Order: sequence, then structure tokens, then C-alpha cells
Amino acid sequence: MLSSATKKPKLAVWKFASCDGCQLSLLDCEDELLAIAGALTIAKFPEASRAFARGPYDLSLVEGSITTPDDVERIKRIRQQSKLLVTIGACATAGGIQALRNFQDVNEYIRLVYAHPEYITTLDRSTPIADHVKVDFELRGCPISKTQLLEVITAFLNGRRPRLSNYSVCEECKLRGTVCLAVAEDVNCLGPVTQAGCGALCPAYRRGCFGCFGPRENLNLPSLVAWWQSELGLKPAQVELALRTMNAWSPPFKEASENL
Amino acid sequence: MEALPLDEKINDLKVVLKVEDFQQLLDALIRRDYQVVGPTLKEGAVVYDSLTRVSQLPAGWTDEQQAGHYSLKKRSDQAYFGYGVGPQSWKKFLFPPRITLWKQKSPGEAPEPAELPQDAPRYAFLGVRACELKAITLQDQVFLTGPFIDPIYQARREKVFIVAVNCGQAGANCFCASVGSGPQVTQGYDLALTEVTAAPEAYFLVEVGSQAGQTLLNEVTHRPATGKEVAEARQVVERAASEMSKSLATADLKDFLYTNYENPYWAEVAGRCLACANCTLVCPTCFCTSPEDVSDLTGQVTEHRRRWDSCFSLDFSYLHGGSVRPSRQSRYRQWLTHKLGTWQDQFGEIGCVGCGRCITWCPVGIDLTTEIRALRQAAATLTAGTETNPKSDER
Ligand code: SF4
Ligand code: SF4
Ligand code: SF4
Ligand code: SF4
Repeated sequence: MLSSATKKPKLAVWKFASCDGCQLSLLDCEDELLAIAGALTIAKFPEASRAFARGPYDLSLVEGSITTPDDVERIKRIRQQSKLLVTIGACATAGGIQALRNFQDVNEYIRLVYAHPEYITTLDRSTPIADHVKVDFELRGCPISKTQLLEVITAFLNGRRPRLSNYSVCEECKLRGTVCLAVAEDVNCLGPVTQAGCGALCPAYRRGCFGCFGPRENLNLPSLVAWWQSELGLKPAQVELALRTMNAWSPPFKEASENL
Repeated sequence: MEALPLDEKINDLKVVLKVEDFQQLLDALIRRDYQVVGPTLKEGAVVYDSLTRVSQLPAGWTDEQQAGHYSLKKRSDQAYFGYGVGPQSWKKFLFPPRITLWKQKSPGEAPEPAELPQDAPRYAFLGVRACELKAITLQDQVFLTGPFIDPIYQARREKVFIVAVNCGQAGANCFCASVGSGPQVTQGYDLALTEVTAAPEAYFLVEVGSQAGQTLLNEVTHRPATGKEVAEARQVVERAASEMSKSLATADLKDFLYTNYENPYWAEVAGRCLACANCTLVCPTCFCTSPEDVSDLTGQVTEHRRRWDSCFSLDFSYLHGGSVRPSRQSRYRQWLTHKLGTWQDQFGEIGCVGCGRCITWCPVGIDLTTEIRALRQAAATLTAGTETNPKSDER
């Protein structure tokens, strides 16, 4: 526990290749934002303020994936200045939707997309932060859950371990009383292999889980994929489409999508 | 349940409630401040929710269930209860999925219970099937016997009024007959209905199971049943029993499971099992929870909460230093061995009532009756193998 006599801990929010959606979750903590600002010095958070305070930082939240040679250097500097480094979101924890390029030749994309490809310096792969520096804690999701973010900050302020789920989205579905789409509507839902945290949001709105919280512990993708193909009649291309989204580059999803 | 000793006369009482007077039953319950909950259609399935009108019941609908599949179909008649059990069970009312147990406003203050017994909801369950009644009695043993009584469950359970319904058809995943829990309701209800649709005029045969049931019935238009009507109602349940194709042989199950921890077939099931926990969460008897302590940013205001959990989640078996059931194999084995084996040591009978929910709502269609058979087969093959090949002992 941090006593009021000590200086307020410094929070910094960093951005790499990402859409800003996860940072926005912090601004989304409307009711709690003042309390956060009261308990922490927000040293760097470009989305909220131009103010900037030098490091070192007690808690760094890192959004986005590593996609350029400059990123590789920058994340190392951030790590050096951060006591605790928490990655937020699917980009930072798995490479994000932009990791779809990892399955293709990035130079071809560059030629197709940019009028002056010669101005573009990029890596051929989009990779998670943990591939480059030590990460203390990963917050999953696309975007992250505001509740989980608050829990991480609260736990940090109170010097305890954050209480986050590692069970399946199915558990959340059952806890909120949603009728299972996989069983009742033959939907290829990724819930059984995806880590909880969203509160089973998509199934509650009658969409199968897209897997945005990424692979859960001890997942069994081969069995689920076999069921999709034999019982729901999915073709390999449809399975690939389902597995290659925000967490396409996470090892279990990647492996399953490459073995169809 | 307002359980009062029943005299013989009440127990024998069989009356007819006409379909057009059915609403009176709900009205009488509502007048007595019950929150009536019962089957209704939601999200493509029959679920249990609050009801005030009989028109909210899924009249004219039925369901088709297979391992991993569920679908609604139209019936040729307007039966109110012409379907099997859906994805939810009554446990969500008596044993809430999430509940705050106590709150503490500051470290110095005494924690306050979040819910006092007198504030617990007063439910009337409409349409409880035989297997579900049995499941409730199994959870009664869990929560209401032994040194620790669960006050949350107790407060709800004591108030509940139960209108049971005899099943008129068996779903493809039902096996209540083989585990002795249905399809006929025999005890534990206030009123029990049998819906007869085939006669020129549809009606309910009503049996009274408690004084509270008797009192309530007095507020509802009814007349004594004729011998013919009693016989017709009996045929309805007999049909359900004869339709049931699934079964589970329970006689030596405990000994079998206790001697088969190392059965190689567990690995085969683990190859298919997702450890998603759906089977345990839909099971009307599973009772496991995890506690959660939460605090606000300052760490001053705290809450102690409880939520459903399952032996299929890793953290559920987390002890000092790690989880004792890291593999899917050990988790699946825990589920079956507890449900069908160690449950007997704890509570004197198996923890399965044969409702088939875990089969229908498993997203990869794993069927415990099939798996038990396959485990037995694997064990038999192993024994046969050792007998015909004595050399295998030499290892
Ligand atoms: S809808 Fe999806 S997440 Fe929900 S229980 Fe079914 S498979 Fe699991
Ligand atoms: S184990 Fe399966 S069939 Fe048995 S009571 Fe539970 S859900 Fe029903
Ligand atoms: S089978 Fe698992 S979830 Fe169900 S009561 Fe036993 S240990 Fe708990
Ligand atoms: S048996 Fe089916 S429902 Fe149960 S954990 Fe395994 S895959 Fe999930």
C-alpha cells in the first residue's frame, strides 16, 4: 500500500502500431478518472493531455505492436524507464490485426498501397511487445475491458496481484445467462478457446465470439476446428477467416490457421 | 418450500384444471407475492424467466436436442409444456451465478452482509420437471446439510413454491429413468401438473403435494378428475418413459471410477474436451464457486463476492504453488469422478439426475453416457489384454 506521505506514482501511456482504442478505455473510465488522476500523476498520456513529465515511470501502459525499426529501439528505452510495464490490448499482446501481414510479403503490400514505397521503412512482421522486452503483465482484448484496466490500476496502487480471469468466455456467457449460439444456432463461436474478460459481450448480442481476448490457457483449437468442419460444415477458408483476426499471430491461433 | 406434513387425503387428491383457467393459477401465485418464474422463449431456446401471463409460456413449441445441438420446432398442438429441459436450470434462482456476500465501507467498520434473508426473492417455480426436482433435492443436501448452511440458498429455498410438470416426451439426451429421477414427479412439489393435449379438450391433471398447494388450489377453478382422466394422464408420463433411449448404468459406477484413474481412455476424451466448463455450468447439481475480493482505487471500500466456477477452470484448483489439475485430462476426470463417484461418498448417491444438459450444451457434443461406456470398454480391453498376454505383467 502506498502511504499518502510518499510521492504519487507516475503513470505513462505509450503508443505503438494501434488504433488508440485501448487508450481510449482509460478515458472511458469517466466515473473513476478523477480518482485515478488523484491517486497517480499522469506523466504522459498524449490522448488526454499535451503535458509531459520525464521518467522514470512507476507504471507504463503500452498500447500497440512493434512494426518499425524505430519501435524496436523505443520500446527498449521505455522498458528502461518503467518500473512496471503492462501491455494493453491485442496489438501489444499478440501483434494485432496488422499482424495479418506476417502471413504475406510485406513489400508487395507497400508497393500496392503507397505512391512512394521508398519512403516506407517497416519491419516485415508486426510483433507483440513481449517479443522485444520483458512484460510484467498483459491485458488482453480488442479493445481492453475498462473493468480489467481499473482492476490492474487498483491492484497496482494497493500493492496486490490483479484479479483477472483466465477461464473461457463460455463461463461468462453462462454466468450472464446467454443461450449458447454454438449449440442453438450452429455458430462457429470462439468462446470455448478464448480468455474471458469481455463479459461475453458478442454472444449477448447474438454474435459468435471473435476471440479478441486471445487464446486461453490449455485451449483445444484442433478439437473445436474439427467440430466446426464436421458438424457445422465450415470449409478451411472459413475457419482461416475466423482464426485470423486481432489475435492471428498468437501462437495457438497461428498454428491452427496454418494447419488447415 | 412451505413444507407441511401431508395427510393422506391431500396426497391422493387429483383434480382437473381446464386450460382456459390456467391463468388463474398464476394470478393466485402473484396475489400471494410470488415472483413467478418459468419457461419462455428467448434467444432461440426455452429459458426460465419471470412470467405474469400464461401466454408467455412457449405454447406450441418443442425442442430437438442432440449432442452439441439444440433447436426449436413447432408442434402440431398448443401444448404449454411440450418440450424438454433447456440450457438453464432452477439453480440460477436458488444459487445465484454472482452474488455479493458482504461489503465493508472502510477498514475499521464491520462488514455488512449484502443480502438479508428477509430480502431474498420469493419465487414460484412453474414447470419444474422430475429430474429438476431431484436436482433441487441434491443441492439441498449440498447447501442445507452438514455443519455449514448456505444462508443465501436457504433463504430462497424456504420461500419457494413449486409447480412441477410431468414430462410427456423424452428428449434425445434424457436418461432420467435409468438414474431413477423421472420422468414422473413423485415428491417435493406443492402442485404437480400433467398436461393432456390429446383429448377433445386439453386439460391439466393436478396433484397436490403440500398444504400450501392445497390452499392455493382453492383459489383456482377446478373439479375432481374422472378415472378416465387419471388414466390418460398416466399414459402421458408412460409415453415419456418408453421414449427414452439413453441410459447410464450406475450400479458399480463408484468402484469402477475409483479403480480407473489411469484408464488410457481419459486421454482420448481430453483430446476432444475444450475444458470450456459449459457442462458444469448447465448442470443443475454442480455447486462450485470461487470467491472474489474487490476494492475501489483507494483500497478502503471492499466487497467479497462469489461466482459460479467449475473444475474445468485452471484457477479453480489453484493451491499453494500452482494448480493441481493443469491438464484437460485431469479436469475431465475430476468432473466425471466427482459427479458419479465421489459424490456418493459425500452425499450417498450420484450427482447426476439424467437431464442431458451437459450433452446438449457441450460445444463439441461430449456425451458422458457414451464416455462412461467407452471407459468401461477400455478397461475391459486392458484386462482381457493382460489375461491373454501374461508377459505384459513382466514389465
Ligand atoms: S455462445 Fe460461444 S462463448 Fe457462449 S457458451 Fe456458447 S460457445 Fe461459449
Ligand atoms: S451430469 Fe449432465 S445429465 Fe447429469 S445432471 Fe448434470 S447436466 Fe444433467
Ligand atoms: S463436477 Fe466439478 S464443478 Fe461440478 S460439483 Fe464437482 S467439482 Fe464442482
Ligand atoms: S465436456 Fe464439453 S462442455 Fe464440458 S468442458 Fe469439455 S468440451 Fe466443455
